[in-house]
Order: sequence, then C-alpha cells, then structure tokens
Amino acid sequence: MGMDSDLFCEGLVRRFGTNAAVDHVSLDVPSGTFFSILGPSGCGKTTLLRLLAGFDKPDEGDIHIRGQRMNDVPPNRRPVNMVFQHLALFPTMTVGDNIGYGLKRRKMPLAERRKRIARVLEQVGLPDLEHRNPQELSGGQRQRVALARCLVLEPTLLLLDEPLGALDLKLREQMKVELKHLQKQFGTTFVYITHDQSEAMVMSDQVAVMRDGRFDQVAPPEELYREPATPFVAGFVGDNNRLSGELVSVRDNLADIRLDDGVLVQGRVASDDLQAGHRAELYIRPESLVLSGDALSAGFSSMQAKVRTTLFDGANSRVEAESCGQPVYARLPQDGSAPRLPADSSIRLAWNPALARVFGADSP
Amino acid sequence: MKSSVSRLSLWLLLTPFLLWIVLLVLLPHLQMLRVSFQVRESWDTIAWGIEQYQNFFTESYYWRTFVRTGVMSLFTTFLTLIIAFPIAWYIARLARGRSKGILFLACLIPFWASELVRTYGWMILLRESGLFSSWLQALGWVDGPVEMLYNDVAVIIGLVYNGLLFMVVPLVTTLDGMDENLVEAGYDLGGGHGTVLREIVVPWAMPGIVSGCIVVFMLTLGSYLTPVLMGGKDSAWFTEQIFTQFITRFNWEQGAALGVLLLVLSSVIVWLGLKISGQSLRKVMG
Repeated sequence: MGMDSDLFCEGLVRRFGTNAAVDHVSLDVPSGTFFSILGPSGCGKTTLLRLLAGFDKPDEGDIHIRGQRMNDVPPNRRPVNMVFQHLALFPTMTVGDNIGYGLKRRKMPLAERRKRIARVLEQVGLPDLEHRNPQELSGGQRQRVALARCLVLEPTLLLLDEPLGALDLKLREQMKVELKHLQKQFGTTFVYITHDQSEAMVMSDQVAVMRDGRFDQVAPPEELYREPATPFVAGFVGDNNRLSGELVSVRDNLADIRLDDGVLVQGRVASDDLQAGHRAELYIRPESLVLSGDALSAGFSSMQAKVRTTLFDGANSRVEAESCGQPVYARLPQDGSAPRLPADSSIRLAWNPALARVFGADSP
Repeated sequence: MKSSVSRLSLWLLLTPFLLWIVLLVLLPHLQMLRVSFQVRESWDTIAWGIEQYQNFFTESYYWRTFVRTGVMSLFTTFLTLIIAFPIAWYIARLARGRSKGILFLACLIPFWASELVRTYGWMILLRESGLFSSWLQALGWVDGPVEMLYNDVAVIIGLVYNGLLFMVVPLVTTLDGMDENLVEAGYDLGGGHGTVLREIVVPWAMPGIVSGCIVVFMLTLGSYLTPVLMGGKDSAWFTEQIFTQFITRFNWEQGAALGVLLLVLSSVIVWLGLKISGQSLRKVMG
C-alpha cells in the first residue's frame, strides 16, 4: 500500500482560473484492482483522469505510479494508457495497425508485433480482424479494439473515460460484465470514470464518489450502497427517499426524528453533527420500504402516505406516494404480494431503522 | 406525368452547368486540339500534321522551359504546403473564437487586390531601390543596393504568396474535423511529436493536402503575370511561350500545340499525385 501501490496520488489540485476542478484529491489504487471514479458531469473526474494520463499537469500534489513520481513525465513515457470516451481509434489505419501502433513505437520487430496483435485480438474475442478498418466494425467491436490497443502494451494502469457511453443499453450491460472479466484476465489495474452508478457498482472493487473536485467517499460498492458517508453519496448512489424533520434524541446509535407531520421515526446515525432540536434528514431506499397493511415487525418505523400513482417497470416497479408534501417512492414486489394501490388511497410505509441513514441537515 | 415534370426540372437545373461545361470548357479545348494539328501550307491552304509537336521536341528552348516550369511548379506547391500547414494547424486547432475568424480574414485580405497589384507590391519590396535593399544597406550588412528581383527565387516567392490561401483553406477544413483525442491517443500510446504528425495527422489531412496541392499546382503552372513581372530573362515560364505564339507571333497553331501540352502535363502530374498519395479525385474534392 501507499507508495508501493500501482497508483498513489496525494493532494492533487488543478485550478482553472479561481475554480479548482480537482481539489486536494488523494487516492491509492492497489495493484490489479478495478477502481472507479463516479460523479455527475462537471465534477472534475475527466480533469483528474487527464492529470493521470499526463495531458494536463497538477498545480499541486504528486502522482506516483509504482512508486515513481510522474508529474514531469510526458504522456508518451508514462506506463499508462487510456481508452477515450469516443475511443479515438485511428481511422486511417486498419485494426491491426491501430493495435500495432504502440508496439511499433517500442521498436518491436514486425514478426513479434504480428504475433502480439493476433494474440490480443484473440483475448478480446475478435480473432482475425486485423485487416478490417475500424469504420467497418460494430460499436461493441470498436470498444474491444480500443481496449486491445492499450492492453497489448501491458500498461501498469489503464484509464477508461466513460467508454461505454456511446453504446446502446443492451450492449452496455453486456460490455460491463465483459470489461470486468477482461480486467481479471489481464490483471491490469483499471481506473474507470463514469457518471453511471450502475457501471461503477457492477465492475469496481473500489468506487470513489466525486463531487465539486473532491472525493466524498471511497469504498467498495456495497459499502457505498449500505453506508453512504454523506447525503450526496446517499442520494447519488442508488435511489433514495429523503425525509426531513427535527431530531428528538439519539441513543444506541439510533436517531429519533419527528417528521413535519408529527410522526416519530427512527434511523441509524450517519454523521456526527446531529444535535437534538436541530433539523435532520433521514434517507431510506425505496427497496427498504415495506408496504404494511397490518402486521408490523417489532422495532420498525412507519408513516402514512398518500398514493399518487404506480410506475410499472417490471422488476423496478414502484409506487409514488406523498408524505408531508414530499414524494416518497417504494418498490413494489412482483411476487404477487403487492396490493392494488388506487390513486389517493392511503398506505403505511414501514422500514427497519437499521437500513435508514440520518444526517444533520447541514452535513456536506 | 409526375416523373416527366421532375425530369424537366432536373434538365432546367442542369442547363447552366451544361452550358458552362460545353461552351466554355469543352468546345474551346476541342477547338484548340484541332488547331494544334493544323499545318499552314500557304496563306489559304491548311493540311493536317504534327509539325507543331515536332517543333516542340526539336526546339530545346520549348521543352526546357516546359520541364523547368513543371519542376518549379512542383517545388512551389511543396513549399506552399510546408508554409501553409503550420498556419492551417494554428487556425484550425489552436485559435479560438474571434481570433480564428480574424486569422482566416488575414489570409484572404491579399486577394482583395488583383494579382497585378499584389505582384507590384512584391516588386516594391524586392527591387534594387526597394524596401529590403535599403534596410540591408541601413543595417550596414551590404555595401550597395541589392537586386532581389528578376530571378527564380523572386518568382517562387510571388507564386507561393499567390497560392497560400488555396492551400490553407482545404487544410483548415480537414484539420478542423479531426478529433483532438486522436492526437492525444497518438501520444498516449507512446508516440513522439514526429510520429504523431507522420502517422496520424498527415494521413488524416491527406484529402486536404492533396486537394490543396492540386489547386496550387494548377494555379502555379498556369500563372502568367507573376513569372513575367518578377522573373528575369533566364526564368521564363511556359505560359509566356504560349502568349508569345498566340499574340506576338500570331502563330495560333503552335500556341495551341503548346497549350495542349501544358494541359497534358498538368493532367499527368495530378494523376500521378493522386496515385502516389492513394487518394481518389472523388474523395479529395468531395
């Protein structure tokens, strides 16, 4: 760990004018892992990636790759390769020449080059496509060629800039799984940036959630989902309902909150700025809410809500209800247990307090 | 009914173009080709023959000027490309917003004046009593006035200047459409400046390079004023020969033959250029 990991950055800052696009970011990516940087557009993730690739220089902080300081190393001398958002395959070269471009720069003899090209094409599942032009390939095939072009160079670090964005939904789902397998197969360290939380969650060993140039939280996907460290992460990763109210008391790591309509509910304490009498916000996921007509498990919190409409979307079907003037979503189980919910009918939504997270209203 | 109407409107739309091609391009050239094979036996009798073409090959002054014009036009085209490429790169890739338009305009401004005025402008700078000569004297680098006009260098300067815009425009157009990421990918995968230029930028810009070169080469080969005004006795241009035959000597048959030869030369060189660069005329002009 630390200086020995594949990528280690400390206090990276990149300013444009007075605005810091990357604001004191530190990260540590162990060898052979899949690291994602997840954030909304404009959060600085692309700027960060360009710093790592060497297209841009940090104003402060250091970038170390396998313990070597990289700040002053130009992009063509870094053991780092990048898969661009629009892939940037060279349109004037065949697939084979695209992949051979980097090998040729290393003065590798032609015969050896041919062998490596054929092998890497085999590995990404596109055997015998050397002589095709990139324009003749499908979106998914181009994606693989872009990957092969980098992986053939056996970089320490592979940077990926939302490469799945241009694909249609079905292919994207397929490529997600495939990317993960390729990463395992090659054992290369991947740094992947995306605004799509599902991409980050499915593929990554670690995810950093980025906002306004800073990391809010760096954690494995499941922890990010279950233990979001900030209200932003709670709202950005997965769906979440936000209920605001006044904090009544805290005991045994559980917070009692009085919602604006007077109902007393409970959730787990998630930030240390909670004070009785102050405003607080409770986050509870739609899939953690149960529709309880009658039987209520012991210790569950519950509240009344008014049905607005039901949104049918197969496994993701939800009911949209209203409580204290705020919309609340709850997942509708598709195992036949969901009741009929006509508009304006009243329902009781309940949850296990251990699954709800409570933040102070002023938490970052 | 409908198809005949649409066919009629298609023909009407094509008419100006066809008139242009037939009346102004095809007919004069066919006529010139015919005249070039006419041999005047006496003042009112004409026979067919290739005497004018034989003259061209036997008279060394003709074909030497011909080869010289071809070689110097190629060199001028190459020089124009070398000078225009960085300019086009700057305009297409580095300049932003307003400065882009202003730079383009700066390339266009010389063409508000006629070729004659532009050439005289260069003469004012380069002649013995001109600006450059007096500056050199003022700096004490030379003892007496220096004549920089009336030689091949002066001709090439003038021709490059005339051709620059026609090279810059197609280059800017192709370079403008190039994804910035292609260049970055070129560096990212281990290429240096030279490699990226040679393997990525130039192949991408090839259609623009070839179309610019064709236009500049044809303009240069067929230019008349600049070589006449700025060239000396030893730097004759082939167009001057054609002019002399048609106007001074009133030998239309010989002039027509020389004109046909010039047309053949430019066609052959353009064809060779397209073959060598692996481009097709459709791709380059499309």
